[in-house]
Amino acid sequence: MPLSTEERKELYGRAKGLRKDIVTVTSESGGAHIGGGLSALDILVLLYFKYLNIDPENPSWEERDRFVLSKGHAAIAYVPVLARRGYFSFDELKTFNKFGSPFGMHPDSRRIRGCDASTGSLGHGLPMAVGMALGARVLGKSFRTFCLLGDGECNEGVVWEALMAAAHYKLTRLVPIIDRNGLMIDGPTETVMSLEPLEEKLAAFGFDVLSVDGHDLDAVGGAIEHAIAAGDPSAAGETVGSGGKPVCIVANTTKGKGIDFMEGEVPWHYGSIDAELRIKALESIDRMYEAIGGLA
Amino acid sequence: MSDGTGTTWTCYDAATMTAREIYGRVLAELSDTDPRVVGLTADLSKSTAIVNFEREHPDRFFNMGIAEQNLMGVAAGMAKVGLIPFASTFAAFASMRAAEQVRTDICYQNLPVKIIATHSGVSFGAAGTTHHCTEDLAIMRSFANMTVIVPADGTETANAVRAAMDIPGPVYIRIGRGFEPPFYDREDYGFAVGKAHKVHDGTDLTVIACGIGVLQAVEAARLLKEQDGLSVRVLNMHTIKPIDREAILSAITETRRILTVEEHNTLGGLGSAVADVIAESGKGCAFAKAGFPDVYSEVGYPEDLYAHYGLDANGIADRVRKLLKVEFEEDEEWEDEV
Repeated sequence: MPLSTEERKELYGRAKGLRKDIVTVTSESGGAHIGGGLSALDILVLLYFKYLNIDPENPSWEERDRFVLSKGHAAIAYVPVLARRGYFSFDELKTFNKFGSPFGMHPDSRRIRGCDASTGSLGHGLPMAVGMALGARVLGKSFRTFCLLGDGECNEGVVWEALMAAAHYKLTRLVPIIDRNGLMIDGPTETVMSLEPLEEKLAAFGFDVLSVDGHDLDAVGGAIEHAIAAGDPSAAGETVGSGGKPVCIVANTTKGKGIDFMEGEVPWHYGSIDAELRIKALESIDRMYEAIGGLA
Repeated sequence: MSDGTGTTWTCYDAATMTAREIYGRVLAELSDTDPRVVGLTADLSKSTAIVNFEREHPDRFFNMGIAEQNLMGVAAGMAKVGLIPFASTFAAFASMRAAEQVRTDICYQNLPVKIIATHSGVSFGAAGTTHHCTEDLAIMRSFANMTVIVPADGTETANAVRAAMDIPGPVYIRIGRGFEPPFYDREDYGFAVGKAHKVHDGTDLTVIACGIGVLQAVEAARLLKEQDGLSVRVLNMHTIKPIDREAILSAITETRRILTVEEHNTLGGLGSAVADVIAESGKGCAFAKAGFPDVYSEVGYPEDLYAHYGLDANGIADRVRKLLKVEFEEDEEWEDEV
């Protein structure tokens, strides 16, 4: 089902508010992986405010869909999303990065309500997501597992071990989404370590690959719906999630999306924001949504 | 889960089944009664003998191919959704190739993944250093939340695997290749995780051993009694972490001399764990460690390697004799002012 006009307005509004939340938390916490948080945000908004079958009142509900933030450094986007989805109060994020806080640069599943896996070391999330999806099959449960990876993260060999296993076991209820923002700490992915042709590599590993604009909520939503349909028993064969090809989504994004002085800028992988920059950042976000026009 | 699993170890033939085979059987048996048990390996189903589980529960067995990092990550994910995964591969790969997955995915999240590491020490003798593993105890005991067990033989492996089910967190069980001679002839000798088993009593010196060292240490104790008239205590310290401090403190007080025996580098394993307790006790104790002296091991039959590194009965007996000659120094210069 494509986004309705109301949904679109609501989701873009959420994304706009969360971009501002990210600026707030980054400025108050002393620093964060804001570039990759902003590239991942729209995907997180769609998952948490539309597609994931979850209940923030009951975060350990066994039938819930699982989400693994394999690019754990995007906690700066993920944790505010969890707060706004109702897992805990946004005010708690005042402790972000501070001594004794449950919220550090990388999410801790044992201390953060609603967080399904502790991540941060790259290449660890997708294998765990594969385990969750295989586990669902063993347990006869129908929940889905979504996993968000970074593109630079795909340099890690274990990512490909996990992709191989996901295709081998035909895990159609596992949906890997790659945040293809094109940058890593030391520069452009194609300069540091070439990933291209990424989509062809993923296809060769046994995936049905969808490449979309990762900031166009309709496009990302459409891809997620395609992936969801591929995991339905009717599409997949007799057993839930054991049918054909799993879907992998490549979301083409911009690092720092929404804040003009950060967009595509390598140094904004991690940074801090002072009072002056904070105002500029918030103004830039307003301009971005004005440009989209009428959506938020 | 420690009991009521239907078939018990006594049904198996100790003389003909190896630790690996017994492990696969016990696992199959546990999963008959507990649907949470799943088995995983990385192209070593036959080598690690988890194939016994695979045959009986093909729907709950997953081969990850030659991809140990993914193996441990997948096991963590399965545990996250409520399963109890038993992941088997060679010790070298479980503890080193996949060390970060074990630490970050499994131990940090305190998940009930049970790692069965086979071919530990130099048990895969002719394969050489790439397939030997004399580092895993040091690595695994440094991971918070991890329980580390080194069974003395197949019977103790059966006990350890059952006990692992009752431990809510991760467990590392270190076994050999399967050609090790049996030590126990019955399973109800009182195995308890974290409690050393006194397998030979004595008052002159205590040998604290694990794994294949237990049988060899007991043979050494008998030899020393016959040949030297010595009274040597032998503790089977099957649990390296948490270590049995009480048993070590008793050994310090009652025998004043301790030799540790392990199929591991003398840095970081059983010997180091025991040394910590001795140092913290503040008591004088003559102490030595038998193991691999910070070297990469030679190639050869395991028995030849054990003899070469002094880990067989004769080697252990020699170490005991040497340690008994160590004098406790009087220090005239030092006064305890406390």
